[in-house]
Amino acid sequence: MTGQILIVDDEPAICRLVRGAVERAGYTVSEAATAGEALKLARREGCELVLLDLGLPDRDGIELVPLIKAMHRAVIILTARDATVEKVSALDLGADDYVVKPFDTDELLARVRTALRHRSAMDDGSGVLAFGSITIDLAARRVLRDGAELKLTRKEYAVLAELARHPDRVLTHSHLLRAVWGEAHTQDVEYLRVTMRGLRLKLEEDAASPVLLRNEPGVGYRLTVT
Amino acid sequence: MNDAARPSPEALLKAARREARGRLKIFLGAAPGVGKTFEMLREGAELLRSGLDVVAGVVETHGRAETESLVAPFEVLPRSSIEHGAHTLAEFDIDAMLVRKPRVALIDEYAHTNAPGSRHPKRWQDIEELRDAGIDVLTTLNIQHVESLNDVVAGFTRVRVRETVPDAVLDDADIEVVDLPPDELIERLKAGKVYVPHEATRALGHFFSKSNLSALRELALRRAAQTVDRHLLDHVESIGERGTWAAGERVVVAIGDQPGGEALIRAAKRLADALHATWTAVSVETPRNATLSADARERMADALKLATGLGATIVTVPARSVFDGLCAHILETRATAVVIGKSRRSWWFELRHGSVVDRLVRGLDGVAVHVVPVAEAASSKAELPTVRAPATRGMLIGLGLVTLTTIAAIGVQPLLGLNSIDLLYLLPVITTATLFGLRPSLVASVAAALAYNFFFLPPLYTFTIADPQNVVTLLVLVIVAIVASQLAGRLQREATIGARTATENAALAAFGQRLAAVSDEAGTATAVCEEVAHLLDVSTVLFARDGNRLVVIGASPENPSLGAIDMAAGEWAFDRGEVTGRDSGTLTASDWQFHPLETALGVLGVLGLAPNGRGDPVPADKRVLFTTLMGQAALAHERLTLEANAREVSALKQRDDLRVTLLSSIGHDLKTPLTAVVAAADELAAQHGASTITATLKGEARRLRRVFDDLVEMTRIEAGALVVRREATDLTDAVAAAAQDLRAELASHRMVLEVPPTLPLVDADPRMLHHVLINLLGNAAKFAAPGTAIRVNARRTPDGLAMAVIDEGPGLPQGRETTLFDRFTRVDGDDMSGGTGLGLAIVKGFCNAMNLGVSARNRDEGGAVFEIIWPESSIRHSLPEQTQL
Repeated sequence: MTGQILIVDDEPAICRLVRGAVERAGYTVSEAATAGEALKLARREGCELVLLDLGLPDRDGIELVPLIKAMHRAVIILTARDATVEKVSALDLGADDYVVKPFDTDELLARVRTALRHRSAMDDGSGVLAFGSITIDLAARRVLRDGAELKLTRKEYAVLAELARHPDRVLTHSHLLRAVWGEAHTQDVEYLRVTMRGLRLKLEEDAASPVLLRNEPGVGYRLTVT
Repeated sequence: MNDAARPSPEALLKAARREARGRLKIFLGAAPGVGKTFEMLREGAELLRSGLDVVAGVVETHGRAETESLVAPFEVLPRSSIEHGAHTLAEFDIDAMLVRKPRVALIDEYAHTNAPGSRHPKRWQDIEELRDAGIDVLTTLNIQHVESLNDVVAGFTRVRVRETVPDAVLDDADIEVVDLPPDELIERLKAGKVYVPHEATRALGHFFSKSNLSALRELALRRAAQTVDRHLLDHVESIGERGTWAAGERVVVAIGDQPGGEALIRAAKRLADALHATWTAVSVETPRNATLSADARERMADALKLATGLGATIVTVPARSVFDGLCAHILETRATAVVIGKSRRSWWFELRHGSVVDRLVRGLDGVAVHVVPVAEAASSKAELPTVRAPATRGMLIGLGLVTLTTIAAIGVQPLLGLNSIDLLYLLPVITTATLFGLRPSLVASVAAALAYNFFFLPPLYTFTIADPQNVVTLLVLVIVAIVASQLAGRLQREATIGARTATENAALAAFGQRLAAVSDEAGTATAVCEEVAHLLDVSTVLFARDGNRLVVIGASPENPSLGAIDMAAGEWAFDRGEVTGRDSGTLTASDWQFHPLETALGVLGVLGLAPNGRGDPVPADKRVLFTTLMGQAALAHERLTLEANAREVSALKQRDDLRVTLLSSIGHDLKTPLTAVVAAADELAAQHGASTITATLKGEARRLRRVFDDLVEMTRIEAGALVVRREATDLTDAVAAAAQDLRAELASHRMVLEVPPTLPLVDADPRMLHHVLINLLGNAAKFAAPGTAIRVNARRTPDGLAMAVIDEGPGLPQGRETTLFDRFTRVDGDDMSGGTGLGLAIVKGFCNAMNLGVSARNRDEGGAVFEIIWPESSIRHSLPEQTQL
């Protein structure tokens, strides 16, 4: 892979270690210790993804999210704070994902791969997502399990389709509610809960321990395809 | 429930107080000899037979065998002896009764006055104390001893008793009238069956007349009916029924300086009782008050004191005249009835001062004016205003001025002519009137008229008046003298009163300022003591409670002499919130009078006053001032106490806030190196291959992170800094997410998730619930052996929803099921697995914050069960409409 990754963290030790792992995975890496530097480097040709620490010395990292997204770069938030509000607002501002410190290197790399693949999946445009026994055909508006078509309600399909358009990424409650029910219902989490329950019953092997439709408490849902 | 039907809090309180206190039953009779003691003993015997503990405190048998036989079944308490001069008096022993503490006490003669030196001056006060201690009391009383009826009875029997009981105590007693028709009573009297004190024999013939006895009997029956009425009223109020009686009756009684004010007050009390009204005794402070004699002042003070004793509110109104003050007060308080005395003053007095009665009747619409005839002031002559300056000196100066005027007039007569000379004589008359008042100016006016006549009117140098016009001149001079002296006098008195009110206001303001300036208890205490001592001209001492005893926190002058009895009176005032000591109802032998500083926080202190001489430490005319001072002092104390509490709370809060911030930032700073540690372990594994060492490193780093999260959360819980964000939660989701996050720790256990998808959604804070589940699952993984099952089971219960985390580990230590949730409680074996002892405390803290129940228990099959309970109220019943799904 040739994607270039920008690591933004004011802690040199973290930068060095993350850099080692990311380079070993085959990416090229640049580093920034401040927000100003980060914006400058992100604008450069070739940069595809930014690993962004929120605690920067010169500016709150969260303010950089929309700026970097405007340059069409993927953004993964690295945060030491375990506050759901912060995660949700970063995601709502356009961040592709978040990882809580201390993170597992493998997990970080998995998230990086997802974020980059998602970009290519969008470019691909085939409209078909297949994982495990499930096939989601966005063009034909069909969902198959082991080759048999699943009967989904309209809302169930709409939620699943929205998740399928962003595979392996966490979508916030308000994102899903806005996409499916409209702007007026962004607070009606119970709509989503009931719909997800129906989806789990139809998609999961064991609805009591779901593996495909993952709940991120207080944040949103993620469709796990890898 | 609407407002009108809600029980009034006062009524409920009264009922509650009646519950807790001992009950009082009074056997009320019209006259001695009707058989009250007999009835009391009979009822006592009945109670004794029904198994109650009944003790006779005082029973007056008057040596009659018949009565003595009735006393026989009772345990009779020995009386205490009190030395009084050469005599030893046997008195009711209240302390012995309190120690003996029977269920019911029989105590004869409710109105009895105790020997000097007893705890209370009156027996009814002893009985009140017994009732406070929860003892029921049966007692006897004759109708003429009831305070408010005292005058009425004295009016027709011509026998006045000195021993009276306040009406208020009768109000919450059960009253049984012991009735005997007058004829039968007279029979018994003749048969010698009625004990009569030797000295009273003379009055007997009159007292026991048939008409008197009938009247007394009627009074007794009426008074009993009134009490029954009052009880009914309280009951009706306490169950929230509002009847049809007029609400808000207010009776006002005007207190003047005339004798007979006491009769007026008793009349007002009777009226107020009959109307179920509150009543106020008003004394109007007019310019005339400044000229009152000492006797008149004493009378007013006594009248006000009696009014206080009968339950009136005392108000002093400054005004130009009694009429103005009374009218203003009546309008202001919207009183419905006014009681005033009609004195048989001279027509001359009425003409000059106007009849207050007539003007009130004409001037007040909708107010009932009750006029009570009052005995004539026998000594009204003696009470003429005292002259302000020595009269003889004034007269001499007046005469001197007239002489000077005469000399001057002789000098200027050739220039002015005769006609203006008379005007000159106005000068000495007006000057004398203004400076020395009526009598010197009258003397001066006569002297001026004579001098004018003698020196200037023809025939000269005789006192003969030829021209009638000159008679008019003389009269004018006299009238000018009278009018000028009256005007000047009034001005001067108003100025005096104005000055006094101004002085009091200034004193109050200064007191308030001084109190506001001090910020500690000692400063406030000193300020209160010094200011009150200064304003009332008394010695003061202020007590506060320190642990179990009272300590002096301020005094003026310093180092007051306080004996044992003074301390006892102080304690009493503090404990009961009553005025005690000198001139009060309790422990009157003390030199000090103690007033509790009552605030919304309870009694915060006791102020003791000792007059620097004789008399009441708080004279009647200073009572309003004193009440205001006490109010301010109490407020200041309350403010200090509240401030101290607030300081303590804010110090605690600041400390907690600091801890949260500190730990949060430490946690944050710690996570960076932890991240580096984990990344370094991964790096190691990548370069040299994964090993148990790198796995341990990563596992420990993760645990360290959780320990820190726990610490921060615990601090938040303790600081009350938790913000709960409830949202609709699917428990399947929540449990799955927790199991996913803990997959590394749970890897060696079998997870069994029994959370049916049919369960309703519940309310929970997602972050807190996640933390709770992580802690419970982590705990289970820590204690249960690898390979065993960890089950999460959720089910609907009749009153909500229960979710249990069940393991197959060693279970909980016996008897520790509840202490388990305390902070830093660690179970054996915790050391090995490195618990902080905070995990379960956080579970409990979060569950409390979310209003969820949490409990722990052992399973019969072995292993522990932790259960979280959602009450019915936190279950989301309303699901979205089908069209939205």
